[in-house]
Amino acid sequence: MEGSVAELRETFKSGRTRSVAWRKNQLKALLDLVNENEESIFKALHQDLGKDPVESYRDEVGVIQKSVSYSLSCLDKWVAPKKGELPLLFFPAKGQVLPEPLGVVLIFSSWNFPITLTLDPLIGAISAGNTVLLKPSELAPASLSFLIETIPLYLDNKAIKVIGGGADVGERLLKLKWDKIFFTGSPRVGRLVMTAAARYLTPVTLELGGKCPAIMDALSSPSKTKVAAKRIVGGKWGPCTGQACIAIDYLLVEDKIASTLIELLKKTIKRFYGENIKDLKSISRIVNKHQLQRLHNFLKDPHVAASVVYGGSVNEEKLVIEPTILLDPPLDSEIMTEEIFGPLLPIITLKNIEESIEFINSKPNPLVIYAFTEDETFKKRILSETSSGAVTFNDSMVQFLSDTLPFGGVGQSGFGRYHGKYSFDTFSHEKAVMHRAFFPELEPRYPPWNDFKLRFLKLAYRFDYFGIILLLIGLKRS
Amino acid sequence: MTIVSAAAAAALFKDCTRCFKFSSIVGVGLGGTLTYRHTYKINRVHFSGSIPSSYYCCATLSITMEEVKPTFDVDKAAVLVNEMRKTFSSGKTKSYEWRMSQLESISKMIDEKEKEIIEALHKDLSKPELEAFLSEILMTKSSCKLALKELKHWMMPKKVETSMATYPSSAEIVSEPLGVVLVISTWNFPFLLSLDPVIGAIAAGNAVVLKPSEIAPATSSLLTKLLGEYVDESAIRVVEGAVRETSALLEQKYLYIAGGARVGRIVMAAAAKHLTPVTLELGGKCPAVVDSNVNLQVTAKRIIAGKWACNNGQACIGVDYIITTKEFAQKLIDSLRSVLEEFFGKDPMESKDLSRIVNSFQFMRLVNLLDEDKVSDKIVFGGQRDESQLQIAPTILLDVPEDSLIMQEEIFGPLLPIMTVEKLEDSLDMINRKPKPLAAYLFSDDEQIKSKFVQNISAGGIAINDTVLQLTVSGLPFGGVGESGMGSYHGEFSFDAFSHKKAVLYRSFAGDAPTRYPPYTPGKQKQMKALVSGNIFNIILALLGWFRD
Repeated sequence: MEGSVAELRETFKSGRTRSVAWRKNQLKALLDLVNENEESIFKALHQDLGKDPVESYRDEVGVIQKSVSYSLSCLDKWVAPKKGELPLLFFPAKGQVLPEPLGVVLIFSSWNFPITLTLDPLIGAISAGNTVLLKPSELAPASLSFLIETIPLYLDNKAIKVIGGGADVGERLLKLKWDKIFFTGSPRVGRLVMTAAARYLTPVTLELGGKCPAIMDALSSPSKTKVAAKRIVGGKWGPCTGQACIAIDYLLVEDKIASTLIELLKKTIKRFYGENIKDLKSISRIVNKHQLQRLHNFLKDPHVAASVVYGGSVNEEKLVIEPTILLDPPLDSEIMTEEIFGPLLPIITLKNIEESIEFINSKPNPLVIYAFTEDETFKKRILSETSSGAVTFNDSMVQFLSDTLPFGGVGQSGFGRYHGKYSFDTFSHEKAVMHRAFFPELEPRYPPWNDFKLRFLKLAYRFDYFGIILLLIGLKRS
Repeated sequence: MTIVSAAAAAALFKDCTRCFKFSSIVGVGLGGTLTYRHTYKINRVHFSGSIPSSYYCCATLSITMEEVKPTFDVDKAAVLVNEMRKTFSSGKTKSYEWRMSQLESISKMIDEKEKEIIEALHKDLSKPELEAFLSEILMTKSSCKLALKELKHWMMPKKVETSMATYPSSAEIVSEPLGVVLVISTWNFPFLLSLDPVIGAIAAGNAVVLKPSEIAPATSSLLTKLLGEYVDESAIRVVEGAVRETSALLEQKYLYIAGGARVGRIVMAAAAKHLTPVTLELGGKCPAVVDSNVNLQVTAKRIIAGKWACNNGQACIGVDYIITTKEFAQKLIDSLRSVLEEFFGKDPMESKDLSRIVNSFQFMRLVNLLDEDKVSDKIVFGGQRDESQLQIAPTILLDVPEDSLIMQEEIFGPLLPIMTVEKLEDSLDMINRKPKPLAAYLFSDDEQIKSKFVQNISAGGIAINDTVLQLTVSGLPFGGVGESGMGSYHGEFSFDAFSHKKAVLYRSFAGDAPTRYPPYTPGKQKQMKALVSGNIFNIILALLGWFRD
């Protein structure tokens, strides 16, 4: 392991990865990798998480295709130095902001979207010209071995490597020196990563999770409510059956519309995924026994169990939990204090939907807030009075697909951002460059100091060029 | 740990620079306090300044020698931060009006209290009046002015384009404050490095706790007094003190810092506990490479301006050492010598235009660098010292060994080693063998060398044919890379450093494609592919069922 990291460093030093041609070349190869191995990816994801190929395409293969194509089309623009504005005082001079690669980067990804969360940051790291070690999660073993086997066939394996293994390998990796660590996972491990990174002053990006609320306001027409219900179901059980950092965690709703909404949700669930736990379709399964147990424990709390209004059955052997809706479970129960990360949807009823702001603010900052509402003032209040990584109005999940929006958390949901240009920036250092000529020379910059110089500088900092001229010809009084 | 005499401190200090033993003591002391409770929340820490490894030890030593008043502990810090958090939650600091009024007060404060500020800086560092004006007061003022002028523009949500995949929709990026922010600043530019980040934090709408450096005590207490008078105390507060106070604050949940790499590590590890993002403004050995085709007179002036006229070398972006060719070295030295005389007179020890060394620990550290074997005989200019005045004359050394301490550590003082190479290109290797500096300077008229330098040297910032000026340009980000830190500030970059960029997507209920939803069918997969490709023609074909992949 130490040897391959040394090789990555050698490759970076050689300067090869800095050339734009190399970056484009690797991005194209990555696109080929995804295009040519679509079926194997579908298979691996089905094995690890029971993902349907369409879901896999929507959330993983398609996302990567889109991201790579976008980066390829923008790369020339991104690498170009940006002009920095300089005051006339320094004329003639030129200011630039020049993006440069950070060096050798380490990317930790998680098991819920094992392809997207590994390759999407990789696109940014390559675009910025770094060498990369990928450490995908060992909890999605089929995807992991797909990545280990396939990446060397397509990408420059002296510059981009994959490593398998569990927490022990992660710990050893964190003892080494990196120029950037990009981590997707839990706040608990995020803390360990940041603590280890402090040793070498390595900058980190932490993509964590949190309890992402959805606010459901009363809408003006039943057809809109129907669309909202679809989008809520799609945003809860759609992405890996709720095992997603941006999936809806719980739903806030006014008590008078709760029952209508629940009926609508039930209907939508049945239409989307089927009725019986035995023949659920188009839905992923729970990743492993440990996670299933954790979710099952939420339901074992008698007060929580009593609040189940739909679903609730668990098939331990097949690692399946039925889409489950709970109405007003106790707020101090674990299901309402921890991130759920699974197919359980608590609905919390409020007297007035505006109380949702206070409710959300009583918990750590989530990665996303979803709000279904047509009330513009309420929208404004949500934007200015809550804090979250992102806010999406009247839909779920889709903000993830937008290359122009930064994706990242705040507070407990992490820091740093990526996607599109933000990925490029995450893996770049913006170097400030100033070019000066030897003439003309401003003598008042230099000692020995006297009163004339002081007055000159005061004017200069105010960019009072007229005053400077007066001072120079001796007409200016202080 | 209490150290009773300067001699004992010096002994310990010696240990620290040779084997880094002392650092572990500091680490444990600080780390020990840090491990207890973490129930309170803070959102950003800014650490600015430039204290390389050994500086921190010195800093700490000087503290331990002082009588530390045990007035500010973890509980007090918790109370303070809770108060600040309450203010922040009330939403007061988010309003444009509040931010403007606070920035205006700071601007007014600088105008009205210029004299007092200059006096404090003179007490702490004997900073010449004009230098204090130039590098602290004017810089802070222009930073404040820029924020006042641009704030409305900075605060505006930025519209972004959306793609076919989310059509119809609109999207924007909203800048929101992070919350309660901690700014830890340093002693070399104690006014600028305290207020500049505070200005950014206020502009972004945060509540701020400022912890100025105890090593510049006059400025530290002046800041406490002035900010108490001029700004909103419920949201902007100064905590004076040393390690104990800092660690009590770090226990809370914050962010933003300036200082040495070693303190930076401690700060970042402490911040990890609360997942607090940090900006670290550290230092490093900033090289200046001098080609033989330059205008010698101007080059010498600008190097001196970036070394001795810049807090007597005690600056994180000051020139640390020079690299030039063998045959050119003597000419450069002659030129530096004559300009030094022009600037600071025949006897620089008497000059009023040089700052002094901040304290006796720093003085001793510098003397140690100078007195090392194989270094002391390399002095070609200067070398005088006066412990009672804490003054060391501008000193030039020629070709000291690369493995000597003076070439291993950030010098942070009036000593300037000149290293010679056969070919100027060799300088790139020499720079790249060391940790990445905060700034790198090149004096040359050769376009090829310039572009090679810009491409191959990784540093926080680069200035060609000048020194330090890049700092004054608000259009350029100021911040380090690698050992010289992470994150950047100045101008809009400051605003960004203290803001969270919230992604906001607006959707309507129309245009709901069934493609996204289960039950999944092969047809849906094709439609989705067309959508991802963004090609409208393909999308239509797919909807009609004619699309092939």
